[in-house]
Amino acid sequence: MSARDTGTAALAAYLIRLGDDRLVLGHRLSEWCGHGPILEEDIALTNIALDLIGQAQALLTLGGEAEGKGRSADDLAYFRDEIDFTNCLLVEQPNGDFAQTIARQFFFDAFDHLLASALESSSHRPLAGVAAKARLEAAYHLRHSREWMLRLGGGTEESHRRLQRAVGELWRFTGELFESDDIDRELQAAGIAPDPAPIRKAWEETVSGVLREAGIDVPADEPMRSGGRRGRHTEHLGHMLAEMQIVARSHPGARW
Amino acid sequence: MRKDGEEGSAQDTQWTLFEVFVQERTGEPHQHAGSVRAPDPEMALQNARDVYARRGPVASLWVVPSGAIAATSPSDAGPFFDPAEDKVYRHPQFYRVPRVTRRKAPK
Repeated sequence: MSARDTGTAALAAYLIRLGDDRLVLGHRLSEWCGHGPILEEDIALTNIALDLIGQAQALLTLGGEAEGKGRSADDLAYFRDEIDFTNCLLVEQPNGDFAQTIARQFFFDAFDHLLASALESSSHRPLAGVAAKARLEAAYHLRHSREWMLRLGGGTEESHRRLQRAVGELWRFTGELFESDDIDRELQAAGIAPDPAPIRKAWEETVSGVLREAGIDVPADEPMRSGGRRGRHTEHLGHMLAEMQIVARSHPGARW
Repeated sequence: MRKDGEEGSAQDTQWTLFEVFVQERTGEPHQHAGSVRAPDPEMALQNARDVYARRGPVASLWVVPSGAIAATSPSDAGPFFDPAEDKVYRHPQFYRVPRVTRRKAPK
């Protein structure tokens, strides 16, 4: 199956979802640039931001091609409104303190690494190609956020308290990562997207293991928030997009 | 979670300084690239990877706590590094290689 003969709406929607997750999280991390707690960590966070934005560019390009309306990655990133963004709610949550950034990142990285590994055997060859490169990056991202989880959890009383709070705040956004709607099911049937059940199981094992090692309590079951895939976002995304899109919208077509 | 080589207390705002050595290709020597600060060796490796291993090829990284390095001081320059130009026998060129040895040398 090539990019040419899979111009289905479901494929385009799926690729754009994957791209949106990485674009939004990459932009959130870029907000740390120049504000990191220490120079080395500033560099680490912005490196990860660049990786994610690079993945987003590749995925949104494929999504635009599958859609067949001639939209480029830049068109999708800078000229869609909040309701048209289909990222999960987790990635749009504000940076908060360093613990919140790390907890958000760890929840995503643990998922991202499993997803990229599974997508490497996608029947959609271009997507499998992007996933192969993304898996290597995700492995490093996960190593980074996992190590910080352990250090914040086992560090000082203050770092432990802040991480416990961040995990409690963000937990309700993790369920959405494993949801399946009609689009997901159609692509799973075509062998393009993986079955989320084994990914969820492996994610829960990874996350509960790290939380245990970090001395952080796993939050009790609570209702999971959802809606990002349908363009229903928390109050934070609109503000972020306003900042992210203003230059491109003020100077449409500008080149540099 | 404290590891070996960690120093300081929770009140320290400066992490330990580590010197970073980069090996570009397997078999080559590790070369000093610069330094990073980190709370422990594992994080020092990660930081070194971000700062010194992003652009060129890298086969391996070493991080060493800067405090573990003993170094000469500039005032040692004279006696410590006397190049011994007058002691020709310290250089391999001083010794004649016997013809027999030369003939058997692999091409």
